[in-house]
Amino acid sequence: MIDEDVDTSTASAPLGGATPRAVRRVAPRPVGSGWRQRLEIAFFVTPALALMTVFVVWPVVAAVRMSFYRWKGFGPMDDFIGIDNYRYVLTDEVFTDAVTHNFIIVFASIVIQLPLGLAVALLLDRKIRGRGLIRTIVFVPYVVAEVIAGVVWYQLLQPESGVIDGLISAVGLTPPEQGFLGTPNLALATVFVVLTWKYLGLAILLFLAGLQGVPTDLYEAAQLDGASWWQVQRRIAIPLLGPTIRTWCFLSMIGSLQLFDMVWILTGGGPANATTTMATYLVNQGTGRHNYGIAGAASVILFVIGFLMALVYQVFVLRRDTAVER
Amino acid sequence: MIRRARPFGSGSLLVYLLALVAVIVTLGPVVYGALGGFRSNEQLARDPSGLPDPWVFSNYTAVLTKEAFWRYALNSSIVALITTAVAVLFGVMAAYPLARYQFKAREPLFMVFVLGLLFPAAVAIIPLFILVTRDLHMANSWWGVALPQAAFALPITVVILRPFLMAIPKELEEAALMDGASRIGIFWRLVIPLSVPALVTVGVLAFVTSWNAYLLPLLLLQDDMRTLPLGVADYSSEHSSDTAGVLAFTTLAMIPALILFLAMQRRIVSGLQGAVKG
Repeated sequence: MIDEDVDTSTASAPLGGATPRAVRRVAPRPVGSGWRQRLEIAFFVTPALALMTVFVVWPVVAAVRMSFYRWKGFGPMDDFIGIDNYRYVLTDEVFTDAVTHNFIIVFASIVIQLPLGLAVALLLDRKIRGRGLIRTIVFVPYVVAEVIAGVVWYQLLQPESGVIDGLISAVGLTPPEQGFLGTPNLALATVFVVLTWKYLGLAILLFLAGLQGVPTDLYEAAQLDGASWWQVQRRIAIPLLGPTIRTWCFLSMIGSLQLFDMVWILTGGGPANATTTMATYLVNQGTGRHNYGIAGAASVILFVIGFLMALVYQVFVLRRDTAVER
Repeated sequence: MIRRARPFGSGSLLVYLLALVAVIVTLGPVVYGALGGFRSNEQLARDPSGLPDPWVFSNYTAVLTKEAFWRYALNSSIVALITTAVAVLFGVMAAYPLARYQFKAREPLFMVFVLGLLFPAAVAIIPLFILVTRDLHMANSWWGVALPQAAFALPITVVILRPFLMAIPKELEEAALMDGASRIGIFWRLVIPLSVPALVTVGVLAFVTSWNAYLLPLLLLQDDMRTLPLGVADYSSEHSSDTAGVLAFTTLAMIPALILFLAMQRRIVSGLQGAVKG
């Protein structure tokens, strides 16, 4: 009664006079709106807003403020230096490399994880034995903590004693001398492989959920018309999966920009900064070296990049979905 | 969810083969960790990819008899429980008016929560650290970690719960209103019981996220207050030569989240589905 009457009122708008909306609003509600409703809303919303203000909004605002000061973490924060921290961060090669690494992960996720996840989801959408079990299994890495998964992969990837090197030697190839994580050219790609292992299950699960929304009749009709399996997937399943794919891309982009745990455990950002990300950079500057102002500037830049990306994505990509679906 | 069979339904040999590969790649590292815990370091060094021969149980018993392991597990549990309780309670309270009341600030208010999804914890981590340690004096405490984690879990909680609450039939509430129940009474006695399935979904998500969290506990918790992921990371760097011990420790630390997930699988899936469809 109170909510979502917009659609019904426009759909069944009578010829002039009072809209059904106005009628419905008055009738079933014994208590008038106004102050009482406002009080109720405040009662329900205040705890969540207060918690978010204290632990999310305030720290973000504080990070912005901190970014304009030279501050080592002790004494009052009174050495205002304007945009010097930003100048430092933006000209620091370690940081610009970190941004590049984040974007490489964003790009690689979409180019590699998306088709891979889609392929597995389309395969698992067929009627095969043990489908439920397989679906559960592919989701297992997502549930394991990134740190714990990282520690196991770290062991697997140890040069010489690790299983991966063993497997590679077994097929007659020579593993890299410093190990996959110790070789600057390979470290980022290796981190990406581990991330793919960890997060592909989420993509598969989301795509499978989306595929359940595709009406079976469409497949049947296409099959009667003589379409092959691949044609059906390409012309029907994948296009109808569009909104799910676009949502996944969004989540994946945001996650890739915030990358921290796995890198911290696997490489700590090394070797020779080959795997630093914006998040490892700012934690390193902040809690590692106590350059709080620099860390603040780095976090503001990280947030701005994420925000701009989200905005652009919302305007150019996601808008289609909201326009079509609602 | 009822599902009719798709055409092209029957799986070919190739499909099974690919599914098998996916399963092996997925489970490989987890099984390797679990089996590695049953081997000795000497066995691991001799043949990194072999099976336990003979099976060694001392690594697991060593971890399980370690007082620190249980303390970390206790800390993880309590922090995750507080996080979950706060996030679910505050989340459903906030989602309710956003789903049911008609007021001007409704959509802007909802946008605040959606925007919250965009804030990576890493952005706020250093001021958060300073706030919790210096201003609130909650460093090295369960609440000091749980409250910020709950705050960061709120956006996804509200985003998932709102459409669910919208879907609860309004007639039930109307009837109760007619009978003279107050809005808040309806919320506690009608809305909460009806939304238990969705609350379980967001609760499990909040619990697992908190159980797995690393960065914030890393900065805020020391010594006896540390959680399992911190314990695993520390153990791994302190006993880097004791690979079998590290693997036993990691395997045991994985188990609670895995069990919770397996038990709640269906609900997590349907919750995520709801979130994707917005």
